[in-house]
Amino acid sequence: MTDAALRAAGPAIPSFLKGAVEARLKARHAQERRFVLYGRMAIIIALAFLAVLLGRIGLQGYTTFVDYRVTVPVYIDPARVDRADIAGANFDMLVAQAVMKKLSIPDDDVGENVGKVMELMSNDLGFQLMAQVRANPSLIGRHVNVTGPMKADAALYFKGQIKRSTPPEGRKLDDAQLDWLDRMKASGAVVSGFNSGFFTRSDSTEPEQAGVLGAVVGSTMMLIVTALLAVPIGVMAAIYLEEFAPKNRWTDLVEVNINNLAAVPSIVYGLLGLAVFINWLGVPRSSPLVGGLVLALMALPTVIIATRSSLKAVPPSIREAALALGASKTQAVFHHVLPLALPGVMTGAILSMAHALGETAPLLMIGMISFVPGVPGGFTQAATVLPVQVFIWENASERAFHERTAGAIIVLLVFMILMNLAAIILRRRFERRW
Amino acid sequence: MLTWAALAALLLFSTYAFAQARRRLAATAQTRRIHSRPVHHGTYVTLWTLAPAALVLALVGAFGGKMESALLRADTPAIVRTLTPAQAEVFFDDAQALAHGGTPSQTAYAGELKEALTDKTAQAHNLEQTLQVGSIVLAAVLAVGGFLLAFRRLAPDFRARNRVEGWIGGLLTACSVVAILTTVGILASLVFESWRFFQVVSPLQFLFGTDWDPQIAMRSDQVATKGAFGAVPLFAGTFLVMLIAMAVAAPVGLFSAIYLSEYATSRTRSLVKPLLEILAGVPTVVYGFFAALTVGPLFRAFFNAVGAKLVGGPLDGIGVYLGQVQNQMALVAGAVMGVMLIPFVSSLSDDIINAVPQHLRDGSLALGATKSETIKKVVLPAALPGIAAAMLLAVSRAVGETMIVTMAAGLQAKTTINPLDTVTTVTVQIVTLLTGDQEFDSPKTLSAFGLGLTLFVVTLALNIIALRIVQKYREQYD
Repeated sequence: MTDAALRAAGPAIPSFLKGAVEARLKARHAQERRFVLYGRMAIIIALAFLAVLLGRIGLQGYTTFVDYRVTVPVYIDPARVDRADIAGANFDMLVAQAVMKKLSIPDDDVGENVGKVMELMSNDLGFQLMAQVRANPSLIGRHVNVTGPMKADAALYFKGQIKRSTPPEGRKLDDAQLDWLDRMKASGAVVSGFNSGFFTRSDSTEPEQAGVLGAVVGSTMMLIVTALLAVPIGVMAAIYLEEFAPKNRWTDLVEVNINNLAAVPSIVYGLLGLAVFINWLGVPRSSPLVGGLVLALMALPTVIIATRSSLKAVPPSIREAALALGASKTQAVFHHVLPLALPGVMTGAILSMAHALGETAPLLMIGMISFVPGVPGGFTQAATVLPVQVFIWENASERAFHERTAGAIIVLLVFMILMNLAAIILRRRFERRW
Repeated sequence: MLTWAALAALLLFSTYAFAQARRRLAATAQTRRIHSRPVHHGTYVTLWTLAPAALVLALVGAFGGKMESALLRADTPAIVRTLTPAQAEVFFDDAQALAHGGTPSQTAYAGELKEALTDKTAQAHNLEQTLQVGSIVLAAVLAVGGFLLAFRRLAPDFRARNRVEGWIGGLLTACSVVAILTTVGILASLVFESWRFFQVVSPLQFLFGTDWDPQIAMRSDQVATKGAFGAVPLFAGTFLVMLIAMAVAAPVGLFSAIYLSEYATSRTRSLVKPLLEILAGVPTVVYGFFAALTVGPLFRAFFNAVGAKLVGGPLDGIGVYLGQVQNQMALVAGAVMGVMLIPFVSSLSDDIINAVPQHLRDGSLALGATKSETIKKVVLPAALPGIAAAMLLAVSRAVGETMIVTMAAGLQAKTTINPLDTVTTVTVQIVTLLTGDQEFDSPKTLSAFGLGLTLFVVTLALNIIALRIVQKYREQYD
């Protein structure tokens, strides 16, 4: 009679309650399932946002890396280009007329069509031509081949972002211009290729001539300043607080203070930079130096916190062994503890630099928003940096700048991913578990 | 240029000093026992050679320009005194620019003024030379003197190592003081500039005024509004955007933290957590771009479509309103900011939930509670102070966030609770006030510092409250 014995072990549920108990149990299990579902949904929502964000930027930006280059044989008409005053000639018009001749587009008296063709060709072609003729005036009277980008709107048509199906009032190019573009493409004068100009040029008011080189160089210079200041100072401050500082009110104050600094909004650091570095100390505005100074102060708490946690992870036995062998406190820390903590310190430093690379708001305060057409010449010259370049282009009204913005974001994200990868590899490769 | 050469020479001399000291002690060590290793003696001598001289060069490098302009302005020629202060400033800047080979302003000087300029240019040139040569001579004296004094102290029994370690200790302490100095700098700059602002606009008017219109005339002939500095609309806008952001971030972040720490397998966790970290690592300007060019138009199209459906029906008024909704609205900025805060809330809550001891869960499960009941009735109450603190920190982040709102929220100062309206926030106004042409004495520019001070105080208070909550309500389990 084992069955009966087992049944007797638990209190039997009276039959009139059985239905209620089962219903309640069912409700509780349903509640459980709903709860798990909420959790799954939360994760899915977060990851979906990530996918949409990155996917959207990829879609908007990948066309930046393709450009359409046109090659035109231009006759340098001696009647139009004066040997004595080469810069006075209208080379843009020469280019446009060469295109018209090639496509046999007629022109009227007022030159309406020339103007329309000039709207399709980047003035970079004219600049190139002028530079060539200046360097070698004997070209006057001869045919010269120039290759350069199409104007941004023409490129947008080739990329399918300006569509023929939109009514002509809604697009920048009219039907005739679209026909010419089709014929230019069919004639083989226009070839598409990798947009190397995006990486070899700096900011420009013309979208097709704008690139990220100046911003990349500016960002690099600023990060150098930031790293040179924030990493040594942060690491040394962390060593002091973790290894040397006595436990007293002063060190408590420093500690609370560092935690608070880590939570101060970044824009406040910009105000600090404006008031102290620019107005009081006279550091040049919008230079990589002042940007680096501000970001160094901002990155300092992060570096300190990361260094402290990796110093904490080194077991006390290491310190004690060194001290027991007669090393001084300083020797124990610098010869034994710090080298063992170094991978963690470097990981923290790289991550905080990656964070500094993406920071925008404080840099707007210190004048980095100005238009800088070239590569910055030094640490005290005006410069622009990648995230600010993104902000500037986002504000531009031309549609072609939108894809450039997304392109610049892709470049920025690639740099950040590289830095994060470096940190991960460093951690995987050198981190020790005790 | 000359200063760099002097610095290079100094470094060279320090290397020489190091080598000399070390060789001398290494020779002594052959015959008898020495207290510190030769390298410590070398470092000791190098420190005394290098540090004071380098300090002088660095100070003159950093503050030389300021000293020069102060000395230059010390005696102002009579003719310059007749100019307005702004013109006099330009005059002195031009004198300095001419003296250092820079580009002066376009101002044309004539007659007596031109003579004064030439005079001052020469003076500026002289001052610069004097400062430079003086600092180099002083540095040279300090370097040689430091070297000789330190070198004379070297002896087998000299405790060079302890001295060097004293220097290192001092250096480490100085580095930790930088953090304090940063706070002092932030406070000083904000308070000082705000104080100047509050002399023009009373703090009460600033904090409780309901009209924000900082576009005041910079010159008397300019047509502009009188200017009003009541920040209530900005606080309202900031609050609205923060509320929307938290409405997105709090549930999604908290639930994903609960799922990750209580339900997910370790494989899911190791996959999802780095992905959430990517979301946290995306620069805010990227979120701003996404908000302005993707989410904004999307929301607008949605609301306009809904509005078109409602027009002519019983909800005609709402339909007409929805048809006019713009890209820039509080909802867009708030929603995108909420997404940005998800990983922040999630990782903080995750840590806190993991810190709740396992035996509490085991006890609850053993009494027959389901897993979700355990979480709701046991884990979350135990973690509540920590989660509340995490939410406050997220609020502080939302209040201080700049780029998303700058790019997606708008500039119109409105006191509204309508999420479809365009609002402006404290941070947006700081950016707007401080980019573009600025004159440092106008209340318009200074008001940015008043806003900055308010922002700093609010975020600091939030952080301190968060810290207090954690300290006060922390349960000691073991």
